[in-house]
Amino acid sequence: MSRENLINAALLLGLAMVPLYAWAMDEPFTITLATRVAILALAGVGLNIALGLGGLVSLGHAAFFGVGGYAMGILASHAQSYTPLMEVPFLIEGTKSMPVIWITALAASALAALLIGVLSLRTSGVYFIMITLAFGQMFYFFAISWPAYGGEDGLSIYIRNDFPGLNTLDPIQFFGICFGLLLLALWLNARLARSPFGLALNAARQNAQRVETVGLSPFRLRLAAFVISGAITGLAGALFADLNRFVSPTMFSWQMSGEIMVFIILGGVGRLYGPVAGAALFITLEHFLGGLSEFWHIYLGALLLGVVLFARGGVIGLLAGRKVAHD
Amino acid sequence: MTDPVLTTHGITKSFGAVQASRGISLSLNPGEIHAIIGPNGAGKSTLIAQICGGLAPDAGRVEFLGQDVTPLPTRKRAQLGLARTFQVSALAMEDTVLQNATLGALGARGGPLGLLRNALRDQGLRDKAMTALERVGLAGQASTVTAELSHGQRRQLEVAVALTLSPRAFIMDEPMAGMGTEGSHRMTGFLDELRAEAPILLVEHDMDAVFALADRLSVLVYGEIIATGTVTEIRNNPEVRAAYLGDPA
Repeated sequence: MSRENLINAALLLGLAMVPLYAWAMDEPFTITLATRVAILALAGVGLNIALGLGGLVSLGHAAFFGVGGYAMGILASHAQSYTPLMEVPFLIEGTKSMPVIWITALAASALAALLIGVLSLRTSGVYFIMITLAFGQMFYFFAISWPAYGGEDGLSIYIRNDFPGLNTLDPIQFFGICFGLLLLALWLNARLARSPFGLALNAARQNAQRVETVGLSPFRLRLAAFVISGAITGLAGALFADLNRFVSPTMFSWQMSGEIMVFIILGGVGRLYGPVAGAALFITLEHFLGGLSEFWHIYLGALLLGVVLFARGGVIGLLAGRKVAHD
Repeated sequence: MTDPVLTTHGITKSFGAVQASRGISLSLNPGEIHAIIGPNGAGKSTLIAQICGGLAPDAGRVEFLGQDVTPLPTRKRAQLGLARTFQVSALAMEDTVLQNATLGALGARGGPLGLLRNALRDQGLRDKAMTALERVGLAGQASTVTAELSHGQRRQLEVAVALTLSPRAFIMDEPMAGMGTEGSHRMTGFLDELRAEAPILLVEHDMDAVFALADRLSVLVYGEIIATGTVTEIRNNPEVRAAYLGDPA
């Protein structure tokens, strides 16, 4: 087992043990913190497929996070008010079923990623960052000005959605669901990275000309990666909304996009477990430093600066040593 | 005589006031090595980019296997069987040698890439990649990271990736650059046999290699082909001697 694998295993074990311990000690707040870590790490795993594998610096992933959140919010709000989503041309009812909400969130955010990707992936570098940021902001302002679903105030969902056989209002059970989905996404990410698709995508990041010269399309590879990436971040958005039982336009904000990217940079770009380490560190800092000062972001900023200047491989890179050389 | 595999008809390309290609017409016949020589800045790389699809000519056509490929992007030309090696190695430097060769095998196979299977455990891909690496003498370096290869080895890998495509024609931009004398010799021997598989359009500065290999030579000067012929014809062509080869003492 390599050092990086050991660190990864320790990370997962830690993320699983902390809430179990808190559960035994009857500290539901700590379980909720761990659940936040799992969900935000999932959002990061999504972005990491675009950023780490594909080299696509998207500053608009909040769009997918928010689409997933609103997919949950819209379906659940109709279910709790017993009004159908639409009646013409066919009847669509709201739902409180998590699996149905997840599938909807995955599909909606994948579609959003497809549309944004088709347009943005024609650009690269700074232009790509700017155009994804602009799309994210479009979604944000759309959500604010959409009174049917709460506008600026957002949507409250009174009871957490259902998962067959589980009591989702029990923090430890809801944590289990989120942790399970995170594991699934990590597994998918690992498989993708080794697959023929991942090989070609990774090569396109390093040298697009090479990929074209063997007859493959870098654009299509990146678009596929962007869609998978957006869908996973969208799923995280649905879980995040379920955790808070609240959806608001802030899920679409560019600060959210930035936060997801910060997880990856803290943890290590292109490292499979980078987003897990990054989200865990971020939430821990937020919890402890946030208690000390309202301006805890100053310390986060200093830490981020340190990572970017002295540990390009993030926390995992620092602990595990060199594996991937990223520019 | 059989039809040429590749032909260019009056390719013209300008960058502002600079005419990089002035009505270039040339052909590549089955089984031959057609070398293009010319001083730096003669427009060799521009010509290759237009043949392979990176640049669109202002006027003129490129025909490959009897088909007009001028409007096709690089990727489609590659799918038709046009394999290119680059002057400055275009490889995935962070990846291993085997991964680079596998990429070629993937491109050659076409169709959906597969999201969940392990690329390096796919026997078909692996066989194809390893065969190509063995042929250029890089099988021993299969698990080396490409960035750690010497310049000469990178050229060999470029050729190996091209081989995985089982192409109908090779376009090689200075495959000997950066190789030592011995490596250059070995590559010469290799290309000598390779022409039987698919013809090679060869741009090369190493004149020993060119004179040893080329069935035909074209001399490109200021974007124009001033002479085409066998090695002997070109060597004795006074215009070429004046423009390029210099007057040997």
